[in-house]
Amino acid sequence: MAKVLRTEGMGRCIGCFSCMLMCAGVNRKNHSTSRSAIAVQTRGGMSGKFVAVVCQACREPKCAQACPADALLLRKGGGVTVDEDKCISCRQCADACTAQVIRWDDDVNAPIICRHCGACTRFCPHNCLAMEDVED
Amino acid sequence: MIYEKFIRVLYIDMTAQSSRVEEREDLMPYLGGVGIGVKLLEENMRPDLPPLAPEQPMILAMGALSTVFPVITKTAALFVSPLTGELGESYAGGRLAFAMQQAGYDALVITGRATQPFYLAIDEHGVKFRDARPLWNTNRDDAGRYIRDNEPHARGKRSIVRIGQAGENEVAYACVTVDRYRHFGRLGLGAVFGSKLLKAIHISGERSMPVRDFKQYFGVFRQLYATAHKPGGVMSKYHDQGTPINIEALNAIGGLPTRNLQTTRVDDAATISGEAFAENDLVRKQACVGCPVGCIHIAQYRRAFAEGYEYETHGVSYDYELLFALGTFVDLKERQDILALIHEVEVCGHDAMSAGVALGWACEMFDRGLINVEEHTLIPVKFGDVDSLRQALRYIASAENDFYRALGKGVKHVAEIYGGADFAMQLGGNEMPGYHTGYGSVVGVVLSARHSHLCNAGYSIDQALQPGEPIEPTVVAKKLLDEELERCMLNSLVICLFARKVYDRDTVKKCFAAVDRDMSDDELDDIARRIFATKVRIKRALGYDNQQVKIPKRFFETPTSYGKLDENTANEIIAEFNKLVDEVQP
Repeated sequence: MAKVLRTEGMGRCIGCFSCMLMCAGVNRKNHSTSRSAIAVQTRGGMSGKFVAVVCQACREPKCAQACPADALLLRKGGGVTVDEDKCISCRQCADACTAQVIRWDDDVNAPIICRHCGACTRFCPHNCLAMEDVED
Repeated sequence: MIYEKFIRVLYIDMTAQSSRVEEREDLMPYLGGVGIGVKLLEENMRPDLPPLAPEQPMILAMGALSTVFPVITKTAALFVSPLTGELGESYAGGRLAFAMQQAGYDALVITGRATQPFYLAIDEHGVKFRDARPLWNTNRDDAGRYIRDNEPHARGKRSIVRIGQAGENEVAYACVTVDRYRHFGRLGLGAVFGSKLLKAIHISGERSMPVRDFKQYFGVFRQLYATAHKPGGVMSKYHDQGTPINIEALNAIGGLPTRNLQTTRVDDAATISGEAFAENDLVRKQACVGCPVGCIHIAQYRRAFAEGYEYETHGVSYDYELLFALGTFVDLKERQDILALIHEVEVCGHDAMSAGVALGWACEMFDRGLINVEEHTLIPVKFGDVDSLRQALRYIASAENDFYRALGKGVKHVAEIYGGADFAMQLGGNEMPGYHTGYGSVVGVVLSARHSHLCNAGYSIDQALQPGEPIEPTVVAKKLLDEELERCMLNSLVICLFARKVYDRDTVKKCFAAVDRDMSDDELDDIARRIFATKVRIKRALGYDNQQVKIPKRFFETPTSYGKLDENTANEIIAEFNKLVDEVQP
């Protein structure tokens, strides 16, 4: 079984950004939340809802289909993994994503895409985020 | 700046609409937060001019470890206080420290006065002065919304700090609202914003900050996260009921200031307890960036505005200090009434504590017939009457007449004009906090640099004593000073003081080591002393002398939870403290 990130519990979110800080830290060795694959955002300011903008683990990902360099490889369970050596930094993957979840790492000029590692879920104090078992 | 050998300061001149950046290696011995803040204040302040003179600076400073470890969330503000005329120092959480770090500035130093209202849009590339004329007279919600909509291209996370009408009209205890639910509350930073015609600051960024030694950093982070988040652990009370848990605790020991400190207990604390709010009114919790605790408790305030089940609702964040100042102190007994008053304070942009204490004084003056509707209050201002109290808050914010203009300068000032100084509940010119627990709470606030219970936690010293247990002035004075020194260091990181039990010395040293900076106990001691000594110099330059402070009689008349206080003993503690202060050498 593969695992994918689910965000059904976002109604409980307190906006601490621990998930983003840890995603950026663990996956990109960076303190900046701009390097996180998951983005917690407000809708309507601090009095509005917190939402998570993150890879939806598509089985037929448009981002991979749009990549002219075969740098996005299909991942078991959905979503993609990024081969940065192949990436030509064209940003077509980011443009193709309907959910607009692909962010950009300017340091290496490559996309930041969730790899469903679960680091964020381990640092979510209100259990807003969870890993779900899915078929490979 | 973390990992760097300099402090990055953004200087902004409102008069010239110009800015410049300096990378200051010489500020490194002041660490960050309050440390660099006091140094920059000392360098730039003008003791020869009034607090709201255009030349006076205001400084916002993030800390040496901001956001990279859990619960290190605060930004320090330093200014010349329009309320006390001396050291202005206040802290706010929210997203500000994080946004400053992401934009790449340790500190902002803002001087001058614009010719029209502006807000500042600050990012990694500098400062833009945005026309804020349409925003003048908007409240914190509308101002935040318009600014958010006007900055659609801001990159990274943002923080918006803004003032309301109280700040625009230079009410001496006007607050600055940070990201809606947090505040630079105390000592009137909002008035300083207003005096510069600065409505708000929008700051954002997404600066890359590579982790230098991930293994070491992550190890320390993980441990601290677990400690801060542990159910039943040292931080859990702040998450569960939050600070309102103190209502019943303080009431039980007779330390809860009530009805303008005529008494220290309420009849039915259970009705307004942390538990009662949590069970009946709490709708959500929020956190500052990097804090897994989430102490921000938001209740629903619901008010019928017409027949036929017509309601308006607002999310109102509540804490112990607000429940005391805008609840027990003005004798409100219903939770929804207290929330109504908190909401009004938020809309006007007052500091909750000073505003509540000012209302308490006004209610007692009105009760005694020393002020009246015709000449002063325009409406009857009465204990327990939420509608009149709400209206009075609006009148203070609008500086409606001479009386409210004076009330907006604080209870010390207004009592000098209209009388009632014996029950104008201020210490060192700042309205009292929610503790009447003993010498620590009263004398501690007088002696503390910013006249706050959070400088030295005197209330905590009190609560460790048995009622009536003999006290030794030298011992109390030393405890107050030792705690204040340690907090000078902690406030340069800048931790949230709720996490002071998490950030003991060994932990602080581990955190620095994990971001490639070695710190010894001696160095941390030196930094604390250096910061404290700078504060003392600032206070003296601004004319402050604690020997001249007159503690209002009621502090000695109304028994504390320790018992009745004796003025001579209070003076002995002050004298002993002053001897110790002279020994603190940077």
